[in-house]
Amino acid sequence: MDILITGVLLGATYSLIAMGLTLQYGVARIMNLANGEMLVAGAFGAFWVFTTQKLSPFTSVAFVAPGAFVLNWLIYRFLLRPLVRRAKNRGMLEVDSILATFGMAFAFVGIMLLVFGGEYFTYSYLDEPVAIFGSPFGLNRVVACLVSVALCGLLYLGLNATRTGMALRAVAVDPAAAGLVAIDVPRMSTFAFALGGAVTAVGGIVLSTFLTMDASIGIVFTMKALIIVIMGGVGDVRGAIIASLILGLAETAVASLIDPGLTLAAAYLLFLLVLLFRPEGLFGRRQS
Amino acid sequence: MAESTALDVQGVSKRFGGLLAVDDLSFAVRENEVLGLIGPNGSGKTTVMNLISGLLKPNGGEIFLGDRKISDRPARIIARAGVARTFQLVRILPSLTVLENVIAGAVFGHKRLWGRAVRQFALRQLERVGMGHAVDAPTASLTYIDEKRVELARALASDPRILLLDEWLAGLNPTELQIGIDLISSLREEGRTIILVEHVMDAIRSLCDRCVVMNSGAKIAEGTPEQTLADREVIRAYLGDEHA
Amino acid sequence: MTRRETVSVAMVAVALAILACLPFLVDGYLLSLAVGIAMYTVLATSWALFSGPTHYISLATAAFYGLGAYVVAAGVDVIPYAVLLGLAGIAGGVVAALVGLATLRLSGVYFVIFTLGLAELVRQIVTWVQNNLTGSRGMYVLTEITERMIFWELLALAAAVYLIGWLVTRSRLGFALRIIGNDEVVAAHVGINSAASKLALFVISGTFAGTVGAVMAPRFTYIEPSIAFSPELSFQVVIMALLGGVHRLWGPLVGVIPFTILWEVIAGRFPTQTVLLLGIAFLLIVYLIPNGVVGRIESAIKLAGRSVKHG
Ligand SMILES: Nc1ncnc2c1ncn2[C@@H]1O[C@H](COP(=O)(O)OP(=O)(O)OP(=O)(O)O)[C@@H](O)[C@H]1O
Ligand SMILES: [Mg+2]
Repeated sequence: MDILITGVLLGATYSLIAMGLTLQYGVARIMNLANGEMLVAGAFGAFWVFTTQKLSPFTSVAFVAPGAFVLNWLIYRFLLRPLVRRAKNRGMLEVDSILATFGMAFAFVGIMLLVFGGEYFTYSYLDEPVAIFGSPFGLNRVVACLVSVALCGLLYLGLNATRTGMALRAVAVDPAAAGLVAIDVPRMSTFAFALGGAVTAVGGIVLSTFLTMDASIGIVFTMKALIIVIMGGVGDVRGAIIASLILGLAETAVASLIDPGLTLAAAYLLFLLVLLFRPEGLFGRRQS
Repeated sequence: MAESTALDVQGVSKRFGGLLAVDDLSFAVRENEVLGLIGPNGSGKTTVMNLISGLLKPNGGEIFLGDRKISDRPARIIARAGVARTFQLVRILPSLTVLENVIAGAVFGHKRLWGRAVRQFALRQLERVGMGHAVDAPTASLTYIDEKRVELARALASDPRILLLDEWLAGLNPTELQIGIDLISSLREEGRTIILVEHVMDAIRSLCDRCVVMNSGAKIAEGTPEQTLADREVIRAYLGDEHA
Repeated sequence: MTRRETVSVAMVAVALAILACLPFLVDGYLLSLAVGIAMYTVLATSWALFSGPTHYISLATAAFYGLGAYVVAAGVDVIPYAVLLGLAGIAGGVVAALVGLATLRLSGVYFVIFTLGLAELVRQIVTWVQNNLTGSRGMYVLTEITERMIFWELLALAAAVYLIGWLVTRSRLGFALRIIGNDEVVAAHVGINSAASKLALFVISGTFAGTVGAVMAPRFTYIEPSIAFSPELSFQVVIMALLGGVHRLWGPLVGVIPFTILWEVIAGRFPTQTVLLLGIAFLLIVYLIPNGVVGRIESAIKLAGRSVKHG
């Protein structure tokens, strides 16, 4: 029971990260290997606000979200769009964007190492127990979960109820056809990439309230986000949310039953199962 | 004629999302026959070719090569069993030379040559399709028609028993068309079985023993070219009700 | 063999023989630089054997390398070193085979993702095993093996990589990979088993990386997961191979030599900024010389040839 609740709390938080990557990969078609670094950068923002300004870590959203939005906008506009242009087909774009974002990931890690050093960073925020069904859980985890759920809900509404959201979904389904119905595909892709980056960074803030991080841990979160997105089916928001919960549960189970140091192994195990049995994603239709 | 069946398509269907692209289609091709697969645009002809060559798997039904079931096998196995094809949208290997493109067909499949032998064999195929002059050319320099020739040479390089040609004659001028028709009938003389997707009616009349006509994924007529092309339903499918 | 090939083989043999004398001429700093170059030559060349023709980008070199090093660390007191080298190669090959079996029949994206975290995964598992079985964080690798011997071993491995690479290029397998890299649909339709061909090459490259890790292990003296499975290694291998060019067997070498030397200088001068600089160097290469130096030179030669013909 404890595992179940902790797992759901964690999984809900992951779904925020998965949303970020879904926007970047599903809509903008960029397999962003620097995704986790954006997350860690957001977490640093929260850490900084909390330790130096003595404010709630969530206040850092005020500058982290716009900052990440602008940064990712610039990255897409000036670093990735040239690749989109020079690519002759989807495969070439994939290879190029993988390489480019892999390079960026290292550059980000380098910058963060310079600015913050290589230390682990953690702070204790709302570190008090609340009782759910009689067992105690960290209040920070519960708050993180609620914040994530609220943000995911907001994003979901935005995608389904606004014109921009419609356009984004159209690009996700078929960029060429979206272009034919007068959707500005490059602009939408840029927007999706920037928004995805912002969501990811906010995800970092949320995670930092209960996880310990360091400058080079981004790759682990990139892996997790990628695994979730693939398990859910690329571009499938509902699938991503369910996959997040599954990952949250699996990690919590491994952490509490075997060893907390093996959470990545849990993620890999899920990934392996997906690859072997449902490479098209949980709800994806089998492509031939 | 009591010739044996080379390829047997039995009740095959293929669905793309909500679209039934091939709908419970059955037909058989006899050994050494030229079968025309015709029908209006979007009627599912290419999809049938893809199902036979193994590029796509059917959602229902079975396909047999002789008495061997191939509809559940991957494309490479089907190729090794002696089925070769060209693509409606030509697929040339861009970073290989023209000769290497053809050699590719003769190394891993139904024909498995290597070394000097494969070069010579591939050269002969290139000459046969009229591309003997451009052996070492990079593929970037080829015209569309030349690309189609190279692709046919690649298919021939596997010495196929069954050859699938998807609108191979499309876009040729009248002289080239005649050369193309002669080439295909010479392939048939060698004992190959050919399935031809074509819109060029002259070619169909002069080459095909029989035609299968498709519309919206289903078979609407089958018979000799004269019979099928005169069929009311076929005319309606191609031209609309007022002409039928 | 054609005449040209005979000449190339002879030249390579002579070059190797000369290089083998190097440890008698230099030592200390220069020798360790030479070891670095030899190591990256083997790693980058074997990486390019697989990733060059298939465009599948493997980010897992560090996983195989670390595993190889750990095989030596775990067995150095009980098993002869030469046997350990073989075991390390097998370990690398087996892990590569498992990864390949799970991912190579799918599109390249799955493969990249799987390899991206692989070093981290193996590191977690090794750490866990170590904590639970030995109770210590690191291990000592104490051997009699000198830097000179390491250099010779690497040189032998380099010779083996080139030999295998050359054989593969001439073989059906090499031709199959070129076709796969161009168009997988055509590959399947001419009868190629794409997954098996890719798997074969990936196993070769994993075997080499594992063996290199084992060869380098004595140099560490003390091995700890965070050192053995450093993600920077995977990264550097990719950079160097891309810098040189992956479409020729000797392409990676052209990247390895300048980059290793440059890196020595940079790591010495800006020890805290290496990761950042590595990232920037990588980006510069991806954006400015996507086909590598060798690709650049070759297209320049082609252009020149064309303008001579037309001029
Ligand atoms: N891979 C695919 N995914 C989704 N729909 C497809 C796919 N391939 C074909 N279709 C659809 O299936 C239908 C049949 O297509 P197909 O290419 O088989 O027709 P065709 O008879 O070859 O047409 P044409 O004469 O224009 O070549 C079309 O509506 C097409 O849009
Ligand atoms: Mg068609």
